[in-house]
Formats: sequence, structure tokens, C-alpha cells
Amino acid sequence: MAHTHEAAHHADDHSHDHHGPEKGWRRWVYATNHKDIGTMYLVFSLIMFFVGGTMALVIRAELFQPGLQLVDPMFFNSMTTMHALVMIFGAVMPAFVGLANWMVPLQIGAPDMALPRMNNFSFWIMPFAFTLLLSTLFVPGGAPAGGWTMYPPLVLQNGTSFPMLIFAVHLMGASSIMGAINVVVTIMNMRAPGMSLLKMPLFVWSWLITAYLLVAVMPVLAGAVTMLLTDHYFGTTFFEAAGGGDPVMFQHIFWFFGHPEVYIMILPAFGVVSEIIPTFSRKPLFGYDAMVYATASIAFLSFIVWAHHMFTVGMPLAGQLFFMLATMLIAVPTGVKVFNWTATMFKGSISFEPPMLFALSFLFLFTIGGFSGLMLAIVPADFQYHDTYFVVAHFHYVLVPGAIFGIMAAVYYWLPKWTGHMYNNKLATWHFWLSTIFVNVLFFPQHFLGLAGMPRRIPDYSTQFADWNMVSSIGAFGFGLSQLLFAYIVWQTARGGVKASAKVWDTATPHGLEWTLSSPPPYHSFEVAPEVK
Amino acid sequence: MAHAQTSHAPSDKYYVPHSSPWPIVGSVSLFTTVVGVALWLNHVNAGPWVFALGLAMVVFMFVRWFGDVIRESESRLYNEAVDRSFRMGMMWFIFSEVMFFAAFFGALFYARQFSIPWLGGEGVKVFTNLLLWKDYENAWPSNGPADVGGDFEVIPAFGLPAINTAILLLSGVTITIAHHALKAGNRKVLNIFLAATFLLGFLFIVLQAEEYMHAYHELNLTLGSGVYGSTFFMLTGFHGFHVTVGAIMLTVIWFRCLKGHFTPTHHFAFEGVAWYWHFVDVVWLILFVFVYWL
Repeated sequence: MAHTHEAAHHADDHSHDHHGPEKGWRRWVYATNHKDIGTMYLVFSLIMFFVGGTMALVIRAELFQPGLQLVDPMFFNSMTTMHALVMIFGAVMPAFVGLANWMVPLQIGAPDMALPRMNNFSFWIMPFAFTLLLSTLFVPGGAPAGGWTMYPPLVLQNGTSFPMLIFAVHLMGASSIMGAINVVVTIMNMRAPGMSLLKMPLFVWSWLITAYLLVAVMPVLAGAVTMLLTDHYFGTTFFEAAGGGDPVMFQHIFWFFGHPEVYIMILPAFGVVSEIIPTFSRKPLFGYDAMVYATASIAFLSFIVWAHHMFTVGMPLAGQLFFMLATMLIAVPTGVKVFNWTATMFKGSISFEPPMLFALSFLFLFTIGGFSGLMLAIVPADFQYHDTYFVVAHFHYVLVPGAIFGIMAAVYYWLPKWTGHMYNNKLATWHFWLSTIFVNVLFFPQHFLGLAGMPRRIPDYSTQFADWNMVSSIGAFGFGLSQLLFAYIVWQTARGGVKASAKVWDTATPHGLEWTLSSPPPYHSFEVAPEVK
Repeated sequence: MAHAQTSHAPSDKYYVPHSSPWPIVGSVSLFTTVVGVALWLNHVNAGPWVFALGLAMVVFMFVRWFGDVIRESESRLYNEAVDRSFRMGMMWFIFSEVMFFAAFFGALFYARQFSIPWLGGEGVKVFTNLLLWKDYENAWPSNGPADVGGDFEVIPAFGLPAINTAILLLSGVTITIAHHALKAGNRKVLNIFLAATFLLGFLFIVLQAEEYMHAYHELNLTLGSGVYGSTFFMLTGFHGFHVTVGAIMLTVIWFRCLKGHFTPTHHFAFEGVAWYWHFVDVVWLILFVFVYWL
């Protein structure tokens, strides 16, 4: 153990090397350790995944048959709104931050995150933000019901819940900004000697770019919701035509945040898949540099495509053309990535462990979501698709078998590293097949529904849509229940099991510094920075 | 953990604090503060008190958290790598602040370039004007076709705002002189010019408050004066808030200077505050041009 006895005032500094974690609740509440904080993030996001999933099941239960049968339409609207907010800000984003907390220091050879106290601050804001948001379900007038995009003037009709929604978003934003600053600084400042930028693992690269996006756009969201607050309570007219403002202006500001946000939720998944596919193909990643540049290009383009979310608001033709073409341009770097993943597998010696299964499923199903995105980018076609279930199918394909399968692939890849135990392979394979089959049963029919004209965010529908809605709802319950298996596997692995070796995937070719540490890694990851050649 | 063969000098080690209560105290404080405002806005009597309590807790948290950091810094627990983390962290924080202001500047430019001309019937929006807001003409400043908030006058750029510009620019000079003095080890000049900087900062705030009084009482320019009032007060208001925070930060490091903190080579806090101060300065210049002048 590295320690010195040179100066008395350094006693504090190195005494913690001798102790492991603090005892009891303080370990978690006063945490400064990147692994402990990463674990809290991941557990929090899993809980939110089930909370948001339950809301999704309320929606799908109501839509199982035409007609209003289970819930009040207002409550239905609250469910669609809250499901989105909980899944985006509570499940997907914290899960990726949790992965970053765990893996970035391990992958770059650092002792911890650069700013450990701020790290804990950014985590602990989250449970409070969601306490505030979820408590709106119990206030007079109910939870926010105008959609997660909070478009005025509709959102201004929320009652008691309105300021709670706004402040919950502010808190989540503060948390995300602090988390992102920490990730950027850690990556820029804490790399092991010899690890130049273009030697970093792709998961680290994808998070560096994601963190940049977060710092750039979360404040814009904070500004947008602040304007909503002042419009509602303090007489400003940012979004009111009578005073010279414009409700469409909110949409522009919101989507300036919202589109980079889409990539915030997918880029880290790209990084995860770029780690897993080479390992289980037993080949180095094809086109590493191109992957880095493609990720950076996607991030850059994400800032100039926002208005494709709002083609139907009546913007000038030049605007429609610009945003259509810029959007389609994103297919180029994304295509580079999909091509490179495929080329990595070409002539590889592939094996199908659970992380690889999820990565492959990601590859196919995310691409479907990408293609439907291209369809939506075409302005005249979008006039037909806008606000239909086609849009719902599109973004769920990129978010569920995209972002969430990316997270699950990451968990199955690194869980033995985190816990020191192998998980039950058979159960994990079951979880994979159930998830992949049901996710398609759930979302694929929604393409048909959307193309046939079924609007989104409506609790009732015309009887012509009945069959596919029933299929979709069956898929939803199948998918939702399958995730209990996931929670069980994680819980079981955390408690014990077959010991994992340092390399974990002994028969495959995992690359990276994390595999040089024991499983689980020591409490302070790299006390002495490793040399990277 | 037997992977350390050599004995490292303490400064080689990146300082990782053992544990800290302040993040959780901070989370509870922020939560209390926003719950207080939410209650207040929903007309619950306890609202302002909960808000005040939360705010007091936030202040307490900052004092204690920064207190810990200052103590660690003065005990030389931070090596160069830690110092670099702080610098980078501060730069990225300022970048996030830039983007926050960008949202409001975006609203200003959108109103001036799009929404007001469209309401006036420009381009393809001729029917918006003809059918909904007949007789409304595209003009700036404007409180919109419904004349929200009633007639108002604007504050001319080359009165108090120009003086405020000079004050902030001058404070940028004084803090630079203080910084050079710190690096040269000239503590007396440092203390005097740092004091001058925060005094100029507080003077700016006083004049800004004076301007607000004038706007509300004599010009009928209020937050409710349509989109002009909205953008004017939100931009200058958030800027004023940032100047206040910056001036408080300057005051804090001034007291630290008086206590003999900082060395010519080790003074991140000073530089962090100086960067922040330059940032509010630059925001003001953009504000002065686009809000007051053009």
C-alpha cells in the first residue's frame, strides 16, 4: 500500500487508505467513493425504471381495448407525462452516470473521480428531485399532464403541480450539470500516464462527448422552464403572442436542449457496445479513430437539427429544408458506427454471452429506430407521422432496445467486475430472449398504428386500431414482467456466486485497464497510476 | 493492495476526501428551498418560511463546505493535479452559465427577429396580422399587439447603463492589477485593488437597483411590460444576481487575502473568482449592446 510518513498533516490524507469504506449508512450518505456513488446511481435508476415502467403498464392496460375503462383520461395524460420524465431523467440518464462513475476511473487508471464531493452532491439531488416530481401524483389537480415537453400554454394549466414540476426539472438539471462537469474533468485530468486521448476506451470517449452535451444544454432547459415559471406567476409574456412572445419560441428553446438530450441518452450506449462487440468477436474494434470522429460529428450535428421535432408548427420553408437536410446528415456518422460494429464482427470468432446478445440486439433494433428516424426527418412525410404512434414507435426503438439494452449489456459485461461474482448465465440468457421478443411485440405494431393514423397521448381510439393495440399491450406486460428477472439476477449476483477472475471473460479478449484490477476492484481503484503503452 | 512498490511523495497523490456530510446537507437544503417556493406560489402560508429556512441552510452548507475546502487547501493537501481539476471544473461551470444566459438571449433575438415581425405581418405571416392582430406594427421595443402592461418608456443606453458599463470594465482592470500584485507577492496592492473590485461590484448593484426603481416608478417599465419587459428584466435581473454572487465571492477572497491566504503560485480560488468576474463583465457588455443600445 502506498503511504508515507513524511508529514504529520498528511495523516488525514492517507489514513483512509488503511480503512475500507465507512461503516453503516455514512458510507452511502457521506460517500465520496466513485464506486459507491456509481452503485447508488445504478440502484436509483433501476428503481425509477420500475416506477416509470409501472406507469407505462397503466398506459398499455388502458389501451388494451378501445374505450375508457381503467383510468380517468386526465390521469392517463399524467401517466404519459410522468412516464417520460421518470424514464428519461430518472432511469436512463442516472444509469449512464452510474456507469460513468464506475467505469471511467477504472478505464483511465484513476484513483477516483476528480471532484468526489461534488459527485455525491450530484447523486443525492436526484432522490429529492424525484420525491418532488412523484409527489405531484398526490396533490390537488394531479400530476403534470401536458406531456413531458411542457409546451405552453397547455403546461400553464397545471395546477398545484406546476411549480413542483419546474423545480424538479431545475434540480435534475443541477445534478446533471455537476455530474457532467465531474466526468469531463476526470477524463481530461486523471488519465494514466501514456493514455493519450486517442488511446482512451470508446466508452470513455462517448462519455466525454456526452458530458460536453450535458453541460451545454441542461442550462438551456433550466432557462426554458424558468421562463415558463415567470410566464405563469410573474406576468412575463415570453410565450404569449399578445405580449409579443410566441408559444413556438418555447418549442425552439426546449428542443435546442431536447435534441442533444436524445444523444445524451444514446452516445454512452454506443460506447458500451463498442467495448463489448470487440471482446466477444475476439478482434480489435474496426476503425477506432473513425468511431471517435463519428461520435463527435453526431454530437455537433445534434445542435443544429432541433426543429425537426416541430415541423408542423408552420416554420418558414428555408427552416424546414435546413432542418430536414441537417437531420439526414446524422445518418452518415451513425452509419459509420453501425458499419464499424459490423466490420468488427466480420471473420471474428464470435461467442454469444449475455452482454454480446444484448449488444447484437442493440445493433439490429437501434438501426430500425434509426431508419424510422430518417422517415420522420422527411418534412412532407412528417406532416403525416407527426404526433402519431409512429413517432412513439420510433423513439421507443432508440430508447428501449437502444439506450436501455445498451445499459443492460453494460451491466452484464461489468457486473462480475463490480461484484466479484459471475451471474447465472442461463437466467441472463432467458432475460435476453424474453426482452428482445417482447420489446418487438410491444413496439413494432406501433409503427402500423401510427401509419394508420392513431394519435399519441390519447386514452381512447377508433376500433380499427384495436388488434395491434392489444398485441402491443401484451408485449408491454411481457416486457415489463421480464425485467423482474433482471432485478433478480442483479440481486443474486450481488449476494454471491461463482468467483469472477480479474479478466472475467477469460475465453474472450476484453481490453482495457479495468481488467487489470481484481474483481471486485480495490476500494481506491488505482492508487498508483498504471503506465499505458 | 500490494501494488505499490515505491514510496511516493504526498504531493504525487491525488487528494480524495474521506467522506463529507455537505453534499447531503446541500441536497436537503436545495429541496427545502424549492419546496418553500412551490408552497409559496401555491399560496400556502408556511411557504416563505420554508423558503427562508432552505436558503439559510444553503448558506450554511456553502460556508461549511467551502470552509473544509479552504482548510484542506491551506494545509497543502492539494497537489497540482487537484488544482487542475478545480480549474477545469470552474471553466466548465462558467460554460454552463454561458449557456443559461444563451437561452435568454435566444428568447430576446427570437422575439426581435421572428415573433414581433410575424405579429406585424411580415413574410408568410401576413394573415396572422390581418386576422388576429390588425393594426399592429412591427417595432422594437414592443409590449406586443395587446399592449400588455400599458405604455412604457425604455432606459436610454447612454445614461446610467453606460456608467455601469464603465464601472464593470474598471473592476475588470482592478482585479487584474490585484492578480498581478498577488503573483508579484505585493500583498498591500493586492488587498487594496481587490477591495476596489468588490466595492465597484456593489456600486454596480446599487445603481442597477436605482435603475429598476426608476423603471418601475417613472417609466412604467415592468416585468409585465410584454416581451420587452420580460427579456429586459430577466436578462438584467439574472445578470444582477450573478454580479451579486460574484461580489460576495470577491469579498470572501478579500478576507482570505487579509488572513494571508494564497501564494504567488497557489491561488486557484482567486483565479476562479476572477474568471467568474470577467464572465459577468462580458455578459454585461453583450447585454449593454443588445438590450440597452441596439
